[in-house]
Order: sequence, then C-alpha cells, then structure tokens
Amino acid sequence: MAKVERKTKGTLSEDRLRDFLREMLLIRRFEEKVEERFRAGELPGFLHVAIGQEAVDVGVCQAMDDGDVFASTHRAHGHTLARGTHPNAVMAELYGKIEGCSHGYGGSMHLYDVERGNLGANAVVGGGLPAITGAALAFKLRKEPRVAVAFFGDGATNIGTFHEALNLAQLWQVPAVFVCENNHWAESTPASQQLPIEDLSKRAVAFGMHSITVDGQDVEAVHKAAARALKHARDGKGPVFLLANTYRLVGHYIGDPQVYRDKEELQETRETQDPIDKLRERLEISEADFEELDREAHELVEASVEFAKAGTDPKPEDALKNVYA
Amino acid sequence: MPELSYREAVRDALSQAMRADDDVFIMGEDIAEMGGSMGVTAGMLDEFGPERVRNTPISEMAIAGAGIGAAMQGMRPVVEIMYEDFTTLAMEQIVNQAAKHRSMSGGQLKVPLTIRTQGGAGWSPGAQHAQQLEGWFVHVPGLKVVFASTPTDVRGLLWSAIYDDNPVMFFEHRTLYGLKEDVPDELEPIPIGQGRVHREGADVTVVATGRLVHEALAAADEAEQEGISVEVYDPRTLLPLDEDGLIASVKKTNRAVVAHEAVTRMGFGAEVAAIVQEKAFDWLDAPVERVGAKFAPLPFAPVMEEFVVPHKADVLEAIRRTVARG
Repeated sequence: MAKVERKTKGTLSEDRLRDFLREMLLIRRFEEKVEERFRAGELPGFLHVAIGQEAVDVGVCQAMDDGDVFASTHRAHGHTLARGTHPNAVMAELYGKIEGCSHGYGGSMHLYDVERGNLGANAVVGGGLPAITGAALAFKLRKEPRVAVAFFGDGATNIGTFHEALNLAQLWQVPAVFVCENNHWAESTPASQQLPIEDLSKRAVAFGMHSITVDGQDVEAVHKAAARALKHARDGKGPVFLLANTYRLVGHYIGDPQVYRDKEELQETRETQDPIDKLRERLEISEADFEELDREAHELVEASVEFAKAGTDPKPEDALKNVYA
Repeated sequence: MPELSYREAVRDALSQAMRADDDVFIMGEDIAEMGGSMGVTAGMLDEFGPERVRNTPISEMAIAGAGIGAAMQGMRPVVEIMYEDFTTLAMEQIVNQAAKHRSMSGGQLKVPLTIRTQGGAGWSPGAQHAQQLEGWFVHVPGLKVVFASTPTDVRGLLWSAIYDDNPVMFFEHRTLYGLKEDVPDELEPIPIGQGRVHREGADVTVVATGRLVHEALAAADEAEQEGISVEVYDPRTLLPLDEDGLIASVKKTNRAVVAHEAVTRMGFGAEVAAIVQEKAFDWLDAPVERVGAKFAPLPFAPVMEEFVVPHKADVLEAIRRTVARG
C-alpha cells in the first residue's frame, strides 16, 4: 500500500497511527493469549482483561512523557504494555516468575514497573487515586514538570477515594490527570444500577475541575485529548478529568459467563465498537499489511509465553523478602 | 538540658527535620493556623509556610493516600490523623496501599511515610475520640508501629520514623502532651525496634506502653513499699518488637505483667504474652497477667469511663496476683 501522508491539521501521521495499531494489536493478542493460557490451567490467580479498551490504553500512555507516573487498575495489562514494559516481563509476572515486572510478588492485579512510571496496578477499586494526588503534589512542591495519571473505571467514581482524591487535587492544583475508563459496567452491574447520572464529567465539574470527554474507541481522539489534558496539568493549570467512553467487549473476569449481559447487544457492540477495527478502517490498511502487523503481535506474544515458561520460580521463602525496605 | 513537654518534643522533632530537609513536610486537618487539635504544630506555619504546613480537608483517605504518593516519589511526608478513631477512615490506604506497595512491587517501591495520630481516655469524649487502636496495626506486615511515652523518647523516635524508609504508624497519647522532662541538648535519634528499661527490678517485669508506662512506674513505687521489686519495660516500638530486650527482662524477674490502655482482648499484650511463653516458658514462675481496658466502647459518664480504662491500681493488683502465685 502506497504511503499517503495525511496533512490535516491536528491529526497524527500515518506512521504514528500505525504504531498505535501495532500497540493495540499487541495488547489484544496478549490478552487473548492470557485468556487461553488461563483456561488451559497454566495461570494462577484472578485475571481481568480489557479487550475493547485498547484505544484508551494506547492513546493515553503514548501521550505521556518520560518521568510521568501512573496508577492502574485490576485491568492493567494494557496500560502496562502501552507504557513500554516488555510483554516478556508482563507475561512472566502472570506466571509468577522472578523475571516478572513485579518479580512474582504482584500478579495480574499488581503489575508494577517503577522505571517506566508504573506505580502499581491496584486491586482495590479507587485505591490508587489518592496516591496519584500525592505524587502530583510532590512534583508541584519540587517544581518538576511531571504529571501523575490515574486510571480507573466508572464504578470507581462511586467510591470515597475518588471524591477525596479529586477534591484535594483540585484544591491544591496539582499536576494530575484522572482518566475515567467508562466501560458502563461495574463488574456485573450496569450503569443504570450504580450511577444516578449519565454524564460522569459532572462529578469532576462539581469540584471545579477541568473536564474533557472523548470517544474512547478512537485512539487518535484519545491521544489528542490526553495530550491536551497532560499539557494543561504540566503547565500548572491544575488537574484534569479525562472521561473516555469505552466498551468492555468481554466479561469482568476471565471465565465470567456474563449472564447479566444481553448477548445480541454485546455482539452488536463487538461488531461496531472494536477500536482496532476502527483504526484499521481509518488507516485504510490493506489485508496483507494488517496481517503482517498481526503476525508480529502474535510472535511477540508467543515469545513472551516461552520466556515466561522458561522463567525462574521464586523460592517459597522469598515471600519474606521485601516486606520492609 | 532543656525541658520540653511531650507536645513540644514532637514539634521539635518535626521542626528540626523540616529545617534540615526540604523533602519533609506535614499535612493534616487544622494543623496550620490552629496548630492542630492538640496544639502540636502551633507556630510551624509561621516558620515553614503553607506549602510545607498544609491544612487539608476532612478527608482521611486522601490525607493518608496523598502522603503515600508523595512518599513514593521520595519525599518524607508526615501526615496527622487528628484522632486515632479516624484512622478507621484511612484504613484501606494504610493497610492495602502503604503497607503493601513494597512487597507487591517486588521491592521496587519504598513508602517513607509517617502517620502521626493520638488518642487516649481520661477526658470523657465518649466512644469515638479516645480509642487506643495500635493493636490493629501491629497485625499488618509492612507497617512499623511506634508508641512513645516520654518527651525524650517521642522526639528521638519521631526523628527515626521520619527517616525510616517504611510507613510508620506513630501513636501519641493525649494525656501525655503536657508531660515535661529534661531532654538532651541535641536531638538523639532512638532506633526503631529498641525497648527501654525505665526502672530496674527483680521480682516482676511490667511491659507497658503509652500512658500505662507512667501508671506502671507509680504502681512500682507502691509495690516497693510492699517489698516487691518491679522492673518497668517500655517496648516503645510495637512493630518491630525488641523481643530480646523483653525476654531478657522476663528471664531476670521470672514474672510478667502486660499493661496498655487499649482493650485487653486481642490487644498488643496478648502478643507479648504469647512471645513470653514461647521464649521464656521455663523461666516463668506465674502466668502472664494482662491489664487493659474492659470490653466495652468508651462510655461518656466520667465514672463509667474511669471504670473501663486501666489505672495504677489495676497494674498494682496484677503485680500482686503474679507474685502471689509463688
């Protein structure tokens, strides 16, 4: 396919978008593989995938600078990969190996990579938000041009930490970006049963916080919105609430039979709201080109499984290390 | 040797650390202009300014959590939770976040956060402003827990807590704030995990914390009139516990009483009793006696509050019981 550079103002280059597609495919294939290996009985623990939300992962993480930090959620594989942690290190963590990004201490719900700003995926809904306000406070006190980013879902906007963390961040005008991945489900509970309002940005506006709403299935739009939000925070104009409306195209956890979800509606959402399909169409990428990108993603993922399986098991008594610094 | 009150000693440790180190700052409810509900931080706003002496909203989760976040970036925040009772609101952040980041990250992160709080009965606030909850936190791997009973100790231990690379729960006792003593000219850091023998004795060791250290010292004076020689041992740090110091004392006296203001049942004293029987069973001449609050929420009426929490007389009774066992 001939390369045609789109010169429309404000849009990203096709090369950059192809990189985004490559990242999104890596995350998708990685999570599909995680699901497969979990069902095969190879992976211990409790696993949540974010299939359908890859445009938010990639759009936000690619807009962050070196030195920025973030806190993730129980659905953390995408954020972690999109911020540059090698799939080998993530997969090794899921297999409980020393080579894992948390050295086998964390697992899927506690992926860390401090060198790349990952301050930890959190298995308590909303648990990571106050620390993001605090990290941003540290950046402000030290006059460092860095931003702290929190990822969380719509369900987290109902918990106290969300309200306390946003209130304090706005009060103190710290450089934080609060990214709400609104996938319309709190585990199995639909928005209609957990949220008395439809527009979640009202919750941030109530604190006087600047808010941006974006189509979370459009990676280019997410990237632009995230870049604006990060710049706003970095420029000392205060924190930003970034509401990305997205879709979880799978269950809450791997193995979730989703008895609570309308099958036809889910099928229709999958056919119309897949962020990878959307980007593929946007790029008008040929079948052959797409297959080439997809093959690369598959190879990386397969290699990560081989790497993880060949990894080193911690000694049982290693459990007693790292309790204290 | 300057004389400092317990309150002034806390303030002195905070102020000295903040003078020495830009990474140390304090935040909490009403700590700036008002100087904190106990007056501990009075005057610090004037010296250090509002960036480093930060009034917060009434948001315990955010106070603890913001401290965690700043600590993870290498600062050494000291946050104040106005009353121990309110640590319950921050429990998730303290227990699931502060205590576990080090381990969950496989050793990548440190959380050098100090959480100061205070409690204690004796002024009839009722059930939600005077609890002693230190026993809840010693159950959590990843936390350190300090409970100092004198001006010298509180100053030296707070310094060590600030410079510890782990989250430290730092308990102060409300009724001790006015207690004065001569302290060393220069602040002498006291290592976390090191107990203190307050008074040497031969017949029984009273392991006491917080206010009960002073009740135990008074009880020991009375016991001496009865011919009983009492050693008073203050662990000062509840986690990690100076087990060597504790056991050495019990092996010398062959009897032990544990005394704290918190509820006896499942309290810190229960762990002390277990450690003593595990490590010094053959030296014991009597079962370990426990002194603590009766199993009831703190009531308002002064006569009921007085009845629930332990005093010198309760320690003395326990000393007599253990000696009477022969």
